[in-house]
Formats: sequence, C-alpha cells, structure tokens
Amino acid sequence: MPKAKVNGKEIEFEPGLTVLQVAELAGEEIPRFCYHERLSIAGNCRMCLVEVKPGPPKPQASCALPAADGQEILTASPMVKKAREGVMEFLLINHPLDCPICDQGGECDLQDEAMGYGRDDSRYQENKRAVEEKYLGPLIKTVMTRCIQCTRCVRFAAEIAGAPEMGMIGRGEDAEITSYLETALTSELTGNLADICPVGALTHKPWAFNYRPWELRKTDSVDVMDALGSAIRVDARGPEVMRILPRVNEDINEEWISDKTRYVVDGLLRQRLDRPYIRQGGKLVEATWGQAFAAIAGRLRAAKPERVGLIAGDLQDAESMKAALDLFRSLGVANIDCRQDGSALGAGPRESWLFNTTIAGLEQADAVLLVGANPRREGALVNARLRKQWLRGKLQLGVIGEVADLSFEYSYLGAGAASLERLIGSDDGFAKTLNAASAPIFIVGAGVLARSDSGALLNLLGRAAQTFKVVRDDWNGWNVLHTAASRVGGLDLGFVPGPGGLSAPEMVQAANAGELDVLFLLGADEIDTEKLGDAFVVYLGTHGDAGAHRADVILPGAAYTEKPGLYVNTEGRVQLANRAVFPKGEAREDWAILRALSEAAGKRLPYDSLEQLRSRLMAEHPTFGRIDYVPGPTKAAGFDLSALGAPGAATEEPFRSPVSDYYLTNPIARASVTLAECSAMFSRRAPAIAAE
Amino acid sequence: MSVRRLAKEQPESFAFTPETLEKVHWWIGKYPEGRQRSAVIPILWLVQKQEGWVSEPAIRTVADLLDLDVIRVLEVATFYTMFQLEPVGRAALIQVCGTTPCQLRGASALMETCKAEIGPKDRLSSDGLFTWQEVECLGACVNAPMAQINDLYFEDLTPESLKQIIAEFREGKTPKAGSYAGRRSSEPAGGPLTLLDESLYDGRLAKPITLPNRPEPAPKPAPAA
Repeated sequence: MPKAKVNGKEIEFEPGLTVLQVAELAGEEIPRFCYHERLSIAGNCRMCLVEVKPGPPKPQASCALPAADGQEILTASPMVKKAREGVMEFLLINHPLDCPICDQGGECDLQDEAMGYGRDDSRYQENKRAVEEKYLGPLIKTVMTRCIQCTRCVRFAAEIAGAPEMGMIGRGEDAEITSYLETALTSELTGNLADICPVGALTHKPWAFNYRPWELRKTDSVDVMDALGSAIRVDARGPEVMRILPRVNEDINEEWISDKTRYVVDGLLRQRLDRPYIRQGGKLVEATWGQAFAAIAGRLRAAKPERVGLIAGDLQDAESMKAALDLFRSLGVANIDCRQDGSALGAGPRESWLFNTTIAGLEQADAVLLVGANPRREGALVNARLRKQWLRGKLQLGVIGEVADLSFEYSYLGAGAASLERLIGSDDGFAKTLNAASAPIFIVGAGVLARSDSGALLNLLGRAAQTFKVVRDDWNGWNVLHTAASRVGGLDLGFVPGPGGLSAPEMVQAANAGELDVLFLLGADEIDTEKLGDAFVVYLGTHGDAGAHRADVILPGAAYTEKPGLYVNTEGRVQLANRAVFPKGEAREDWAILRALSEAAGKRLPYDSLEQLRSRLMAEHPTFGRIDYVPGPTKAAGFDLSALGAPGAATEEPFRSPVSDYYLTNPIARASVTLAECSAMFSRRAPAIAAE
Repeated sequence: MSVRRLAKEQPESFAFTPETLEKVHWWIGKYPEGRQRSAVIPILWLVQKQEGWVSEPAIRTVADLLDLDVIRVLEVATFYTMFQLEPVGRAALIQVCGTTPCQLRGASALMETCKAEIGPKDRLSSDGLFTWQEVECLGACVNAPMAQINDLYFEDLTPESLKQIIAEFREGKTPKAGSYAGRRSSEPAGGPLTLLDESLYDGRLAKPITLPNRPEPAPKPAPAA
C-alpha cells in the first residue's frame, strides 16, 4: 500500500483516497464545508487547503486531490494557516452576523470553523450582499444571505434524493441556490437538506426559533414511522420533544431520515390522550385508572373468551405486545392479531416475513423485482439504497404494480398477478436479467400480502422466487417490505390468531355482526372502527384517532418517544428504543397498564418490572435476545419457498401500494400539522399516475 | 452585472421552427453519443436567435431535448449574460459598451442618447421596438465608442450617428454596420500617420540579405579511403 507523511507522521493508505481522507486517517482534522463523505466532490469552498509536497508551492484543496505515494502532507504549516484564514475571511465577507438569531447557532460549521481557523477581525468595510429568500416548501426555511455556495444541497438533491431540482443560478457575487422555479422538492428526504447545510441557510421550517441546540436533552432511539427502524436522536426540552434528527446507522439509514420520521414531532403533542376515559351515555367522560380497569375487567369476566378479541397496532413495542399476548392468552382468548391490514404472513419460517437481504445488502444486488411495493412511500431509505446501487450502474430493476416515480429507471412488467405468471413463464426480457443475476432480489410490498387472495399470491411469489433462484445456498433475496414498525416483532412473538381464532379483519366482521363482546385495540387505528357493532371497545393508545373515537374505554399509553421498548424492523433486526420524555399526563407505559389491568382481571401477569418482562420475552423468543443483529443475506439463506401461502387462483386486481398518503400513515403522523401541510401540498400537485 | 431572473411574464409554450431544429440537430450531432448536454449553449443561442430571448418554456424544451434536468439548463441560461431572459426589442437590441476605453471616448453620451431615444436601460421600449443595455468590453476598443446592435458592431459612434441608426431601425431599415467615422476596419482615425514613405512599398530599399545563424552547408562527404 502507498505511504504518505502527514505532518511528519508516516501513514499507509489504500490507493484512491484523497489527501483529505489520508490526513483524517492520520488523525488530523481538516476543516471543510463543501466536502461530504456521501456526496460527490465539488472542491469549491476551498476551506480544506493543505500544503502538499511534491507539488506546486501553493496550498491545494485536499478534498479533490488524490493522495499519492511518498507525498508529504502538511495540515498546520504557516502557509496552510494563512490560506485558511484568507478563505475564511472571504467566506465571512458576505455572511451576515446574525448568529444570535440564527437557528443553526451552536451547531454551525461556519461558526465552529471561524473560531478554529479564522482571523480575529475583519478588514472588510464595504456593503455585504443580500440574497432573496427562496421558497422550498413547508419543511425547509431559507435565509439565503447566509449561504456560502457549498452546493451540498444541490448534490444531495441530485444524487441521494433523486430529485434533481436544486441548482445554483447566476454567477459570481450573484450566484444563488434555488430550486427550479422555487418549488418544494419532490422527495421524502428533504429534511436532510437542513442537516447537510453547513450554515444556517437551510433550516427546519417547522422548528424555526423553537430551541437552541445546547438546551436539548439528547436521547438515542429508533424510529417507528415505517418498518425500517431508522436510527434517530430525540432531542427534548423538559417534557417536550423538540426535534428528531438522524443518527448514523450504516445498516439502515446511513445518515439520512425521511421527512415523516423527522417532522412528526408536533404530532407527539397534539390530540394526546392524557387520562383514562369511559363512555357514559354516548359521551367519553374522564375517569380514574381504577374505574377504567374495573369497567374493562367486568366486561372481560362477563364475556366468553371466544367473544373477546385483541388487535395490536402498527407502532407497538414488543414488550407491550408480549404483555397483551400473555394476558389475553391466560384469559383463553384465541382471537389475537397484530396484522390490522389482514396480511397473510405469519405462518411458516421466520424468513418468510423478513427483509432477508437487509437494507445494506441491497448494495450487493444486481437485479431487483419490486412486487406491489412503492419503496419511496413505504420505506424512503430503501428507495435511497436502491437508487445508490442503481447509480453505480450495477442494478437493473423491474416493477410489477403501480407505475410510480421511484427516482431510478425500471422495466415496467405489469400491474398484477398475471404479469408475474408471465414473468415466470418467460425467458427473455426481465426474466433473462433475473436468471443471469448473481444476487437477484424480490421486494414484496405489504399491500400484496393484505388482500383476499394473498394466500394464492404468496404461493405464486414463492414459485417465482424458486424459478429465479432468489433464495440460494449463499444468498437470500426474499424480502418483504413491511410498513408497520410493530409487524415483524408481532409475528416473531406469535401475535397471531390461536387455534380457531379470528384474524383482525374477521374480528371486525364478527364485531359488526354482533358476535364479539369485547375488542381490545392495542394502539390499533387502521381498522374500520366505524363498523364494530355493539362490541365493547377498549383502546390503549396515545392519540385521539379512529380507535379512540370509537372506544368505550380509553387507556392512555406512551408514544414511542416516551417508553423504552424493543422494535423489530422489517429486516428482523431487534432494536432498542429509549425514553426521551415521560408519557403525557396520567398516561403510563403500555406494558405497565396491561400489568395493572391483568390484576384487575384476576389474571396477574408474572412480571413487575420491564426487566422481568424483557427477560421472559427473550427466554421465550430467543430472537429478541440479540439486539441489532441480523444474519444478512448470505447466512439467512435456504428456506422452503414452496411452502409459502396456499395454492389457488389469484384475482386480476392490480397490486397497489398500501401507503396511499406517505405523510399520514399512523395516528401520530395524522396529528401533526406539519405533515398535514405536506400531505395537502403533495396531493395537490401529485401527478396522476395510476396503474396501467 | 446584477441578479438575473426569468421574466415575470412567460409565453405559454415554445417550439423550434423547422429551420432552427435542423441547426439544433446539427449541433447535437457534433457531440458523441451520451454527451448531448454539451450542446446546451449553442442551442440556447439558437433559441435566442429564433425568439430574441430565452423563455421558461424554451428552457424546458431544451432540457427535454437534451435529456437534462431543467435546473441545469436554467443554471446555464442564468450564468451567461449573453442570454436574454426578458423579451428584447423587435427592431434592435442595442448593447452599448461601457468599459473604460469606450467611456473615455464618449460612451456615456451614447447611453444618454439611448435613454432619450428609447427609454430606461434594460427595458423594452414602449413601442416594443428597442431594448438597450450597457455591456462590458466587446473588444473593439480601437473604434471606441461602439455598440453591438443585434449581431453586428457599430463603431466610432457619436450621439448623432447613433440617433440616426436608431431612426433607421425604427423605419424598418437595416443600417450599415462598421465605423461611422469613415475609416476602414481599425485603421487610424483621419488616415495613416506612419509608414507613409512611398519608398517603403516600391522595393527601392530592398537589399540582399544574409540570414543570421544560417546553418553551414553540409560538408562534402570525405572520399572513401
């Protein structure tokens, strides 16, 4: 390997690195604005100047200079210091002195680097330039006078987000960053623009002037807005979550998060259930916990187990599902389901409901077939990974389902089951691509598996996967892209109907027909709550959404930022979320509510603390014992695809994405004003793309 | 230079005329497969030639044609000041050079004339016939002051001659381009002052010359021993 000297210290490096990267390997910090590890190199801010020998006797931009064998790199020589001071002075010439009112203050690269590398004063006497604000949609606030033209946002939009709508217009002193005709970006990743902006030019519009970064309490946690389990940091002040930012997790979200994950924050404050309610004379009346438990326990005792049902929602942690499962099983209830949408998954090996390839594993794929999945809406960061691999030119994609703008090119193969049959029978076109692929992948959307003919479709998909050898001895390309954060955890727990039990849609039907006396909704809002007949509905959840409106008793629970919990993402990765703030008002953690209810119902659950609950959970379901672990595509190989689903005839109904409105998929998101604004804006201008 | 923005009022659509389209394809054909984006500047020129200015629908059309993101074409169109982003006069676009040599030779008087005859700078005149702009050096300092009108240079201008030119354009005529001081190209004003001696040109002074450092003729090869 080539060697270079950094400030006299010799270091070996892999060929192809830049001088900046080599200097970082040697532990030297190089200031930068335009350079970003995950974006292409622009080399226009000039902050990363270093002295390199041999070479011209002048400072060089280290981010764009390839390192060479025998190079001597000086990062702190007098020349470098002078050059950096000069660059910083130029950058500050037109940068306003509004740090005291700037939302970036305290976490601003320019502020930090001006302290570290700038002069102590300015020699500039003339007028500063001012730039008109640009409209970039409801999420990004602009103060363009602060912009230093690093073009990170332009490159992010073009490369990562796949919405090449940002650019730098004009030139010289009049250069301005804008989106084409000042429209919001058509992307689910726009919030990241504010993250990568090194100054305060792009900030978060919904959180403008709300906080200072140093007054926030930071908690590492996991997102539940989709089934990816992106790594997030929840920043709170007092009892209030102020913002959600991404954390680096190379396996899932790299360092981006989707807009719903980020801007759901205000939804955590609105429409909250903060005390128990009991319906009396058609109206919900405030109650004490004791009254609420007594009311439920009375109903549970009176009802026969086969006339009781339990449905878990999409945002539940594994602990609360475990507690609910234990309680209702001990009552003899078999009508238990975590699949509100009526998904057919749940029987068979664990691999059948996982995203086996893993999200990072998508970067090894060379052919991907999307079946009824719109990854942009169902998992924006899966889409970003697919785009990343597609941009490398190594990935070919096919889509069966809706025609959608996915930010990469794909072959459109049809709308429904017949197209899949045709693909199995064919041996040219995309079938040829799949056959020739060394790492083929199927991504099956949750929508395909939640239809009346899902059994047959699953069987058909299994056959297709066998035909194209998607699961091999050393590769597992069978992937289910879930939309519910709780789904894999629920299936892992066996949160499915017991012998003779009803599934979620069947429970709704039964309730409507008067065959169900008590229905317990554990944060379940995505069922048709209007049609639950006369059943006594208990809702344990966080928001006054569909479930709470129908409920006869409301038990206020904790949202995902308010309780420690285990979540299993679509890959089958068990992740630990932490509590950032306490539950609102009298609300309690869900498992504790269930534990208290069990006492009232006379079936005391055998755990008194979360630790006891967790150890029992891990003992009974060993997969929960390995936090952050997934086997990966090479180790998870080999499961019986032919056993999937049940043979039968699939209908001709076209596949649809289960997510019709990306911004409003769960009770928390529906309570958010920011996301409602986004939803309204995008649905107004959404191109009418329908399945062919 | 100032901040350049697209015009507030834009036409509904843009379409290439068949003649322009032919030229467009000639330009695209000049670049290798996959490098069509290189033709963006010549094509924007052709758009401007056809319409007089570059409109937003035209930018979208060019982007579609070259398979570019539309913002990339906008970047180019706003970067180069030669692309007019507002409609310009039907009869003439007068670009008066305002750089130092022309200034010294009376460019400000020309601009005053333009202001009086046409109206404020950078605006379409009320009759829609003229637009005048101040531009940076056009490289004809020898014939200062000068202006580029449409595609041609009009040199050695005075307020009177410029007024005359504007009047002719207004009448729909095409005034002649070049020097308005009667000189040919950039020869000295008032005729040549040096190199006047006839003898320089009739060969009288010619002398045989010996070229310095001329290589010696190659020595004759030595007779074989």
